[in-house]
Amino acid sequence: MADESVQGENSEVEEETSGSNPEEDSKEDVGRDIVDVLEGKFPGSSLDTEAFNNFEDELSITLKTDSLEEVALFLKDHEIFQFTMLVDLTAVNYPDEDLPLQVLYQLYSIEKNRRVRLKVKLKEGQSLPTVSNLWSSANWMEREVFDLFGISFSGHPDLRRILLPDDWESHPMLKNYPLEGKGERVYEKPQRKEIGE
Amino acid sequence: MHEIEESNSKIQTSTVTGTEEFVVNMGPQHPSTHGVLRVILHLEGETVTDLDCDIGYLHRGTEKIGENITYSMFMPYTDRLDYIAAPSNNLAWVTAVEKFFDWEIPIRANYIRSMIAEFSRIASHLLWLATHALDIGAMTVFLWCFREREMVLDLFETAFGGRLTVNAFRLGGLEQDVPEKFLTLAQEFIDIFPSRIQDYETLLTNNRIWIQRTRGVGIISGEDAVDFGLTGPLLRASGVNYDLRRAKPYAAYPFLDFVVPTGENGDIYDRYIVRIEELRQSVKVIQQCLDQLPVGPVSCKTPRTIKPPIGEIYHSIENPKGEFGFYIVSDGSEAPYRVRIRPPSFINLAALKKLCMGELVADVVAIIGSIDIVLGECDR
Repeated sequence: MADESVQGENSEVEEETSGSNPEEDSKEDVGRDIVDVLEGKFPGSSLDTEAFNNFEDELSITLKTDSLEEVALFLKDHEIFQFTMLVDLTAVNYPDEDLPLQVLYQLYSIEKNRRVRLKVKLKEGQSLPTVSNLWSSANWMEREVFDLFGISFSGHPDLRRILLPDDWESHPMLKNYPLEGKGERVYEKPQRKEIGE
Repeated sequence: MHEIEESNSKIQTSTVTGTEEFVVNMGPQHPSTHGVLRVILHLEGETVTDLDCDIGYLHRGTEKIGENITYSMFMPYTDRLDYIAAPSNNLAWVTAVEKFFDWEIPIRANYIRSMIAEFSRIASHLLWLATHALDIGAMTVFLWCFREREMVLDLFETAFGGRLTVNAFRLGGLEQDVPEKFLTLAQEFIDIFPSRIQDYETLLTNNRIWIQRTRGVGIISGEDAVDFGLTGPLLRASGVNYDLRRAKPYAAYPFLDFVVPTGENGDIYDRYIVRIEELRQSVKVIQQCLDQLPVGPVSCKTPRTIKPPIGEIYHSIENPKGEFGFYIVSDGSEAPYRVRIRPPSFINLAALKKLCMGELVADVVAIIGSIDIVLGECDR
């Protein structure tokens, strides 16, 4: 027990020392190792890299949609990076852009205490390959993104609405969804259904 | 006469034995689902063969609300997420927004924040232990835990005026310093609480019924736990040492000394042991905060309207339930462009099917209790 907590302290020290380096360097230097490996392995797969304020844990890599699956698998199984945990999966809607939907994957490596954010940009109605076969935690989070943003994930084992009722129309987290008025529901007596269907 | 014969023949045909799948609808109004969670169980005899969770009864669109109000106005909404440990949510929100800026948060404010966060961990774990033990049939623990939880809520009331939804912190520090009375009451609580933890352990840790109901039930391995994205005591009970207070220290945690307890088997009993040990560590942390509490201001200078620079951040802290994070996209205006809440209850609950498959129906209640969910945060 005590040993492991000491390990935790060490990794925190590592993070502090490595975090102080990139301050005077250029923007690209945060997470350069990951980007280099990715570009060597999958040339042309990543479009853009950014990190807010050069924070080490805010590295975010924008990927091409079709390379998402292989990059995710590669980062998960990579012997150095070991991004074994999918911490969060969510989406953002930018209605004014050509590709109005962004899906984000927050990956975390417990061994290396490191974070990376993968991003893909989508057209309206475009579907993404599921990552629930790589990380089981993606199952419910993809259902939530499907529910609130209307993005469908091909290959998902059980893609249903999760937070809203099954008969809900539209997707409330889209920016054009009004705050009041449309979307309010009139109560209707529910049809009897078999339990569990 | 003829009718009786007919009914007899019916009885005979129905006595032919056979098994079929039985569907049980548990909740949403069920005392042991800890809120409005509906679980649809498919049973073969008493064994669970399939399980489906129906959530969303408490969905209030908190993320959508967050996109339409300012950064400071969103603070009270975070109270309503994990309402058992409201100050922890406040801490997650303030530290997340403060990541956009280079404000120097006063050390005193950081110490008080850590102290309050640990008190909310105690409040949360006490409510978990109370209801979890009650689910399995230990009534006394329930009453004892609520006695101590009441004292913690009194502390919140002394410091911030609220008991359940306290709205404890402000961007840049605290609204005002805690009163002197709070510090004396906190010290009194810390003095008696370790003996109370001992009392709970006397009732449960070596209790034969408790051990039979919890040991070897709802097992998840460390690898699977990471795969399911589990965090908090649930993950640590499976032997994975991951605690954000160590991995990415915030508030005053870099200066505080504590041990991160881990389990071995990943069953309900280990989760219980881990959480009990966390109570002890919280006491230790609070004692250090009280001893080292520096004097000085409790808030730094913040602009009148808070407009973070354009960019996006993800920041998470160790809530009593697990990793509670905010992903914020700022477009440079007064309101966030997107607020995503990373809810530990939601993601931990997703593993319920994995934990319950093949277990007995009576253990489902114990397993739900051991995950420690709050539906306010799960449904958002």
